[in-house]
Amino acid sequence: MMRSPRLALYITMATFVLAFLIGGSQYPTMFSSRVVANLLTDNAFLGLTAVGMTFVILSGGIDLSVGSVIAFSGVFLAVILRETGIHPLVAFALLLMITTAFGGAMGSIIHYLEMPPFIVTLAGMFLMRGLAYVLSTDSVPITHPFYDTIQDVVWKAPGGGRFRLIGGIMILAYIVAMLVLHRTRFGRNVYALGGSSATARLMGVPIARTTITVYAIGGGLAGLAGIVYSIYTSAGYSLATVGVELDAIAAVVIGGTLLTGGSGYVAGTFFGILIMGLIQTYIVFDGTLSSWWTKIVIGGLLFAFIMLQKALGWATTRGRRPASDSATQS
Amino acid sequence: MRDQPKPVLRARGIDKFFAGAIALDKVDLTLYPGEVHALLGENGAGKSTLIKSLTGAYHRDGGTIELDGTEINPRGPVESQKHGIGTVYQEVNLLENMSVSDNLFLGWQPVKRGMLDHRQMHRRTREILKGYGLDIDPTQLLSSYSIAIQQVVAIARAVELSGKVLILDEPTASLDREEIELVFSVVRNLTARGMAVVFITHFLDQVFEISDRATVLRNGCVVGTRKLSDVSQGDIVELMLGHHLEATKRKASHASPGDTILSLKGYGKRGMIAPFDLELRKGEVVGLAGLLGSGRTETCKVIFGVVSADHGRAELRGQPIRLNSPRIALEKRFGLCPEDRKTDGIVGDLSVRENIILSLQARQGWTRPLKRSRINQIVDEYVKALDIRLASPNMPIRLLSGGNQQKALLARWLATEPDILILDEPTRGIDVGAHAEIISLIERLREQGMALIVASSEMEELVAYSSRVLVLRDRRQVRELGGEEITTERIVKSISQGESAA
Ligand SMILES: Nc1ncnc2c1ncn2[C@@H]1O[C@H](COP(=O)(O)OP(=O)(O)OP(=O)(O)O)[C@@H](O)[C@H]1O
Ligand SMILES: [Mg+2]
Repeated sequence: MMRSPRLALYITMATFVLAFLIGGSQYPTMFSSRVVANLLTDNAFLGLTAVGMTFVILSGGIDLSVGSVIAFSGVFLAVILRETGIHPLVAFALLLMITTAFGGAMGSIIHYLEMPPFIVTLAGMFLMRGLAYVLSTDSVPITHPFYDTIQDVVWKAPGGGRFRLIGGIMILAYIVAMLVLHRTRFGRNVYALGGSSATARLMGVPIARTTITVYAIGGGLAGLAGIVYSIYTSAGYSLATVGVELDAIAAVVIGGTLLTGGSGYVAGTFFGILIMGLIQTYIVFDGTLSSWWTKIVIGGLLFAFIMLQKALGWATTRGRRPASDSATQS
Repeated sequence: MRDQPKPVLRARGIDKFFAGAIALDKVDLTLYPGEVHALLGENGAGKSTLIKSLTGAYHRDGGTIELDGTEINPRGPVESQKHGIGTVYQEVNLLENMSVSDNLFLGWQPVKRGMLDHRQMHRRTREILKGYGLDIDPTQLLSSYSIAIQQVVAIARAVELSGKVLILDEPTASLDREEIELVFSVVRNLTARGMAVVFITHFLDQVFEISDRATVLRNGCVVGTRKLSDVSQGDIVELMLGHHLEATKRKASHASPGDTILSLKGYGKRGMIAPFDLELRKGEVVGLAGLLGSGRTETCKVIFGVVSADHGRAELRGQPIRLNSPRIALEKRFGLCPEDRKTDGIVGDLSVRENIILSLQARQGWTRPLKRSRINQIVDEYVKALDIRLASPNMPIRLLSGGNQQKALLARWLATEPDILILDEPTRGIDVGAHAEIISLIERLREQGMALIVASSEMEELVAYSSRVLVLRDRRQVRELGGEEITTERIVKSISQGESAA
C-alpha cells in the first residue's frame, strides 16, 4: 500500500499547531517559553527513544525492549556510581556500549536466525528488566556532584523558560537522525529495507549490516534516553518506564510513519512527541481531568491517524499515472 | 562482429539444487563482448535460476564463473554489481515506497561533502530517463507510475550499473512496442561499446530482432547454443520444447454464439475509461486490443467491479444489475485473471494448492470449507491441464517460475467455472508451448459456451481466438472488428489511425 508520506507529515504538523492554538486560547500561559521549555525537558527521554524507534519501524521492524533498556540504564548508572569511583562520563560511555551492543545482538538474531522482531525484542524486554532487578530492586538515588553540574546547565529564556541540556540533546538527536535518514546511503537503505527486504537485497542493499545497525541505533538511543532519564530523575529504579516502548511507537505512528515500514519522517515523530506532551500539559493546566485522559486522547489520536493513513493510501493508489500520460511521444 | 575470441564472461558447469529438484545441471554459458545473447527455454527451465546463480542472488552448488579471464565468486547482487554485471531480475522490480531517483541511485548515490547530493541525483535521473523517452518527476514515489514506467526505470538502473555485462530477465513483458524500441536502441548502444547483454524473453520475434546468439535450456540443462543467423524460429522452438509445434491459426468456426449474457450500455468511469457499449454472448471471445494505457486493463476492471462505473447500465441475462464490487461479480459467476500477478494475484507464501482454490473457496464462503479430496482433485486436474511445473502442490507459490505462477493464477479462475471470464494479458511471461496450450484452452472454453473477454497486447494471439475485437485507444473504444476483418493488419491500423467507430 502506498501513500503520500509528506502529506501525512504536514497533517501531523497541522495537528500540533491546532492543538497548541486551542490550548493557548483557553490557557494563554501555554504560549509562554516556560511551557515550551518544560515540554522539551519532560519529553526528552521519550523523544530520544522515539528517534531510535523511528529507525526500527522505518526498516520494517519493531523494538519492544527500549522501556526496559531505559530502566536498566538508570539502575546501572546509579549502582555503578554508588559502588565505584568512576566518573559518570566513563559510566555513560560504558552504558552506551552495552546497550548498543545489546541492540546489535538483537538485530543479528533477527537477521541471521530469521526470527520475528516482535518476539526477539519481547525477549530482550524481559531480559533487560530482569537484569535491572538483579542490580537492585529498590530505587537508588544518584548523588554524584557531576549530576548537579549537568542539571545546572540551563539557558534562561525571556519569559521564565528554563531550557535544559537534556532537551537540547533530544533536538540534536532529531537533527542528526534527519541527516542520517535522508542524506546518507545508510539512511536510504533503511527505507529500502522497510519497503521490501527481498527487493532491497536484489538491489544490492547490505541487509545484514543495515538490520543490525538499525537495532544497534535503537539500543544506543534507548541507552542515551536512559542517561537522560537518570539525569532527569537523579535516581535509578528497576520498575521505572514501564510501557515507554508503546508511547514511543504511538509517537512514531502519530508522526505519520507507516507501521509496516518504508514510509515516514523522523520530523513527524518529533511532532508526534510534542502532540503527546501537549495533551499532558493541557490536562495538567485543566487540573480537574484525571491523567488517564492523556491515554484516552492518545488512543483516539492513534486511531484517527491510522484511518488517515488508510485514506491517503487509497487516494494515492487511485491516482496512479498511466504510461501514456508521461511517455514523451516521438 | 564477433571475431574476437576472448569471452567477457564464461560460466562452466553451474549446478543448482533445490529441495527435491535439480534446477540447473552443469550449465555452461559464454558471453562475448558486443553480443546480445538470448537465454531461452520453457517456463521453469531454469533461466531465472541461472541468472540468480551467476549474480550471487542464489548460492550456486557447483561450477565456476570467469569474468575477463579471472575467476569471480560474487556472493550477492552487490558484488556482481561491483564487478560490472548489472541485472534486472524477473518479477522483483523496484521499491514502490521510494522516489524514482532513489530507486535509480540506491547504493551508488552521488555524495557531496559526506552527504547525498539530491539535486545532482534528480538532475541525472531526468537525463538518464530522457534517453528512454521518459519525462517524469524524479522526486515522485515510484508507485505513482505505471508498471511499464517502473520497468523502464529498472532497466535504466541496471544499464547504469553494468560496465561489462547487462542481464535482462523478461524486461519487455509489460512494455509497448515504442518502449521496447527504446530499450533495444539502448542495448544496441551498449553492445557497440563492447558490452555483453543477456536477454531472456518468450517473444521469439524480439529474440531474432536483437540477439546474435541464443542458448536454450530445457529442464535445467543446456540443449544447445545457436547462432541466430543460422536457424529459424521453428528450429529454436523445437529445441526448447523437444518437439515440433503447430503454428496457431485462426479457427474458422466462430459462427454460432449463443444468447446475450451481459449487456453494457454507455458503461464507463470518468478518468479511466470513456463510456462504451458491449454485448457479450455465450460462446464468444471478445478481444480487447490497444497499446499500453489505452484502457484495456481499465475496461476489465470496470466490468468486474474492481472500480465501480459512474456511467451507464449493465444487464446480466436481461436483468439490470449493479456491478460495483468484485464480490458481486464473483457471486454472479464472473472471473477476472488480472494483469499484474505480483500485486493483484498470487499470495506468495500460500501453497500452490491454496492459491488455486482461493477464489472457489471465497465464493463458497469461508464457513463452508471444500472437502480435502475435492480440493486435491481440482488442483490435480488443473496442474495437469495447464502443465504447471512444480515439485509438489504444497510448495509456496512464490517458488514457482514466473510463467508457472501465471498458469496457477489462470487455474484459480478456471476452477470457479465462471460463466464470464475476463483475462487480462493471460499469456504474459508464458513460454511458446504453454502459449499455444492457453490459446487452445480459450478456444475449448468458448466451445463449451463460456463467454470470454480477453485483453492482450499480442495481435496474433487475439486474431487466433477472438470472435470480435474491440480496439481501444486513449481510454476510448474506437473500433469493433468482426469476422473477416480480424487480421493483425486491421488491428494495427485501427490502433494507429484510431478510426472512429463505424
Ligand atoms: N527457491 C526455490 N525452491 C524450490 N524450487 C525452486 C526455487 N526457485 C525456483 N525453483 C524451481 O526451479 C525451476 C526453475 O525455475 P526458474 O524460475 O529458473 O524458471 P524460468 O526458466 O525462469 O521460467 P519462467 O520462464 O517461467 O520465468 C522451477 O521448476 C521452479 O519451480
Ligand atoms: Mg524466469
